[in-house]
Amino acid sequence: MLIWPPAGIWTRASEMNELLALIIGKSNYWAALILLLIGLYGMIAKNNLLKKIIGMSIFQSAIILFYVSIGDKRGATIPILEHGHGPEAEQVIQAAHYANPLPHVLMLTAIVVGVSTLGVALAIIQKIYRVHGTIEEDEILESIDE
Amino acid sequence: MSFEQSPILILAIPLLTALAISLFCQRHDRFAYVLLVLAMAGSFVAALLTMITVVQSGAAIHYRLGDWPPPFGIELVIDHLNALVLTMVSGCALLTAVYSLRSVREESGDRIAHYYTLFGLLIAGLLGMVATGDAFNLYVLLEISALSSYAMLARGRGYAYYATFKYIIMGTIGACFYLLGVGYLYIKTGTLNMADLSDILSTAEMHESVSIRIGFILIIVGIWIKMALFPLHGWLPNAYTRAADTTSCLIAPLMTKVSVYIMIRLMFSVFSVDYVFRTIPWHEAVVWLATAAIVAGSISALAQRNLKKMLTYIIVAEVGYMVGGVWLANRSGLTGAVYHILSDALMTLCLFMAVSAIIFKTGKTGFDAMENIFRKMPVTSVVFVVGAFAIIGIPPTCGFFSKWFLIRGGIEAGQWGFVAALLFSSLISAVIFFRLIEIAYFGSFETHGRREVARAEAPVSMIIPMVCVAAALILIGIYTNEIVSGLIRWSLPAGL
Repeated sequence: MLIWPPAGIWTRASEMNELLALIIGKSNYWAALILLLIGLYGMIAKNNLLKKIIGMSIFQSAIILFYVSIGDKRGATIPILEHGHGPEAEQVIQAAHYANPLPHVLMLTAIVVGVSTLGVALAIIQKIYRVHGTIEEDEILESIDE
Repeated sequence: MSFEQSPILILAIPLLTALAISLFCQRHDRFAYVLLVLAMAGSFVAALLTMITVVQSGAAIHYRLGDWPPPFGIELVIDHLNALVLTMVSGCALLTAVYSLRSVREESGDRIAHYYTLFGLLIAGLLGMVATGDAFNLYVLLEISALSSYAMLARGRGYAYYATFKYIIMGTIGACFYLLGVGYLYIKTGTLNMADLSDILSTAEMHESVSIRIGFILIIVGIWIKMALFPLHGWLPNAYTRAADTTSCLIAPLMTKVSVYIMIRLMFSVFSVDYVFRTIPWHEAVVWLATAAIVAGSISALAQRNLKKMLTYIIVAEVGYMVGGVWLANRSGLTGAVYHILSDALMTLCLFMAVSAIIFKTGKTGFDAMENIFRKMPVTSVVFVVGAFAIIGIPPTCGFFSKWFLIRGGIEAGQWGFVAALLFSSLISAVIFFRLIEIAYFGSFETHGRREVARAEAPVSMIIPMVCVAAALILIGIYTNEIVSGLIRWSLPAGL
């Protein structure tokens, strides 16, 4: 009669393997999720307005990375046709050989949007500093109450 | 004569005019004003022509940008629902543009051309959001309008910069949630075109999918942040109160209403009635959330002593009306919500214009600004009273009819809490506005009996748009039946 290993450890080990597969196999989603939460935490919990803006930037970058990673395929190349002219152009193009360019193109726009938001936010922080003399949120709220 | 280019003209005219103003009008303020008013008028005419085309043909217009066929290219889709919203947005923008002549000069001084550039960009973004048939294009236009509204709201009084900063943070979270939700939908379907998404999402497999459900939740929560649905409304009252008066007149009626439209569009044109109300059985909880929004908004409005801040809390309550109406999941509720988008935009515009004119003339922002207004500014005060009656819901103003539809929808759905909240909110608005009208008519206690008050009416450039809006409130009320049967009935999704 076996005392060691106790019953059930093997099934627990296979659950462990599944969990590992979930973490490693979908690492891109996990990375985006962690960045997303860091950014959200920074935007909501930080007291310094500049740190809030840094959080906002991390938050937006997380979404950009999320989109970029979904366009990638194993063994695929950049989406430029190798044989653009002549008789070779007639051959069938296998979509599986090329990374999906659409999410990447979308993110060019999202980057532009992120940069503009950052610019407007920084300009407003500068104005806040001129009016209130500080960029710490609690001090600003105090100066508003007075 | 054919109007086949009119869909793109609706948004191209304000966009290109904004560019022209920023390039050529830096030293010609009056020219910038004329150009802006002309552009808004052009956009309004194009929207009106598009609406007439849609009503006459009875079918949606699909306008391909650059003639790329739909799932690959971006298309503008204009049906009965957004033809109405487009006309409403461009009409409100035109009236505010006319209204802005005197107030902008006082508020923005040497930066008038910059201000009008932002005005044009904001309206182009809002009209684009309404007209587009592409989920990602919607995000870009959402950010265009949001960015220009940040810049406009920041130029205000008091701590406008800090209030705007809060709005930037919340607005970015909202827009990013929407973008993330669209990403989930894209992973599962591989498309961004709304009609194409709707086809793919209608299968049973997609109804079961967890990814689609998370995408749906992210998108809806993102839009709720944008429209300031209670309890996500924290940014709105301060940002709109502290903004310059012209800016509040422009942004307060339009931003929240366009977000409500976006919610309706995505719920029924990307997802389906079946998915939203049957596969996800949450609509009753959302109606309770809307009920809470109405009650909280009304009570907060009652507690205010600042005219504009009081109006912003009324907006929070009105957002609850529309969200509740949509999620009642019946035809009367949705009719009421769509009708309320139109009527609420106009009544908010009416009240903000009247209040801004009063602030412009008296220089006060509290309730004491209202003293003896009936003698000082008779036209403005009549406009204010019409707007107040519309918010309370007194016939024949359109506010009565939207409440009528919403209450009927609430009764049909058996949502008595929502019905009670609507009646409660009407009572609260009656208390607020009759108190203001009392101050306006009799003056406050200290000045009671003093009769010598000089006439000081608002300038003509303000009077004309105000009177137009007040007249529109009554006309839309009178022609409710035509608007509902000609436009709104057509826009209700099948299967509801």
